[in-house]
Amino acid sequence: MSTLRCENLVIDIPGRADGTALDFEAKPGEIWGILGPNGAGKTTLLHTLAGLRAPRHGQVILNNATLATLRRKEIAKKLAVIFQERQDGFPGTVLETVLIGRHPFLSPWDIETADDIAIARQALLDVEMEGLEDRLVNTLSGGERQRLAIATALCQTPDILLGDEPSNHLDLHHQVKVLQILRKQAQRGTSIVLCLHDLNLAARCCDKLLLLYPSGEACWGDCDTMLVTPALEKLYNTALMTTELDGQRIFLPKELSNGN
Amino acid sequence: MSGANFQASAIRPFRPLPLIILAGIALASLLIAVRVGSVEIALLDLWQVLCGNGNSLHQTLVFELRLPRALAAFATGGLLAVAGSLMQVLLRNPLADPYILGLSSGSAVGALFAMLMGLTGLIVSGAAFAGALISATLVFTLANGGGSWTPTRLLLTGVIISSGWSALVTFMLAISPSDKLPGMLFWLMGDLAYSGSPWPALLVLISTCLILTPLGRSLNVLARGPMQAATLGIQVKQMEWGIYIFASLLTAFAVTTAGSIGFVGLIIPHMLRLVLGNDQRLILPASALAGGSLLTLADTLARSIIAPQQLPAGVITAMLGVPTFLYLLHRSR
Repeated sequence: MSTLRCENLVIDIPGRADGTALDFEAKPGEIWGILGPNGAGKTTLLHTLAGLRAPRHGQVILNNATLATLRRKEIAKKLAVIFQERQDGFPGTVLETVLIGRHPFLSPWDIETADDIAIARQALLDVEMEGLEDRLVNTLSGGERQRLAIATALCQTPDILLGDEPSNHLDLHHQVKVLQILRKQAQRGTSIVLCLHDLNLAARCCDKLLLLYPSGEACWGDCDTMLVTPALEKLYNTALMTTELDGQRIFLPKELSNGN
Repeated sequence: MSGANFQASAIRPFRPLPLIILAGIALASLLIAVRVGSVEIALLDLWQVLCGNGNSLHQTLVFELRLPRALAAFATGGLLAVAGSLMQVLLRNPLADPYILGLSSGSAVGALFAMLMGLTGLIVSGAAFAGALISATLVFTLANGGGSWTPTRLLLTGVIISSGWSALVTFMLAISPSDKLPGMLFWLMGDLAYSGSPWPALLVLISTCLILTPLGRSLNVLARGPMQAATLGIQVKQMEWGIYIFASLLTAFAVTTAGSIGFVGLIIPHMLRLVLGNDQRLILPASALAGGSLLTLADTLARSIIAPQQLPAGVITAMLGVPTFLYLLHRSR
């Protein structure tokens, strides 16, 4: 089990004031959702949390070590990222692509073992892509590629899983499926941090929320305490209406429904 | 958890069979190269010669003329194909090739300059390496304006740098004394008739394959893009620099052996990827074998097609390479 912690973290977005320094900890089993409008820096924050970008101030700490002091291979054994954009310039088969997730655990001369392949197949099974092992990646649909990216991250057996809009490109069934998979991962003790567009989906699957404003200001806390209409209206710069359905708060934009 | 769907048999991602077949093709290409020429050598005679018997004409033909030239062609082709595969992974672009990106001509300029200064041997090779490195740096930095390598930008930069080098080469040829001209012209033509000992290039090719084998999986990861590669534990910057210097070195060795021969680094990895997929652990050694075979056969064809006239092997590879390149460019839109 691992934890990922921000200390006094300010992400580096050129030309933006420091805003709120982030101080939070993603504990084992927690699902964090990062909410914010386009351009608020959600992806930048996620990349900073993964150690792919240097922060302007502060640090990201994995267990007890600052990310900047760790070797990439050490980080890779604990932390996986589901990216929004992927490069398939040299497409392999689905199984080959998922197996890439085992890379941090293999030394240069190793060949993937039966265990690695079993982990890869389980990951494919989790995202309902069993039977597609031999398909070439460039023949997959957008939704299948997205699920493949999730499977690759699962194959990395991470303690910490970061996802940039993991439910993008997915139909309703697979959106639900993906969030269920992530929840199951969390129950096994994985800490999960997701950038999400869909407010209602975030409300349903996250334990904690971080609202990131375009100004760089931010606030975070338990899901229930963060889902306050005025804060969300300010976040998206949109009037919202809300209702409750089966004990679940639902937020919808006001303007469209009034026909304005 | 439903683990029942697992197939008990583990599919090993590593497949040796294609390499064995390609090794067979490589051997066959060398045999053909040794047999074909002004005097054809029958298989049986060749066997005798290889066993240390046979008549002295055949002995001379095989050991002093044809075998060294065939091995030089093989090594050059292998080096170029591996360099091409590496550059393609580095740039994540199947159009990258040492010749198109101007590495070969940069190398030629380095070598010619050294020769013009009256230098010989290792210094010429060193100058060729420096030329390749300078050329690669120029192309990559100039093409890398917006932070990413777009194919068009990269190719245009490569082509322009390449024609700049060609102008320099022409200039140096124009001012060089006439006794040095034949030796210098060879750098332009891509001709194996003037290649010296095949051993340096062959040794480099073999050690390259040994060095790259454990790196194959890392290259697979790098091909997925720098961000993804970093999250999978690759030190991206170091690795990219390593590949870039390595590919330049391989190109320099190829160019010092046989002048600038084009397109082997383009055709071979492309064809192999179509058949074998994109696992670099397989593609890199396969490129060495297939690139070697292609250039050996191309050179044999070049010296026998209008015998006794000899063509530079670069002519043959260009005739194969130009259509391949145009096809790839057309498809990449």
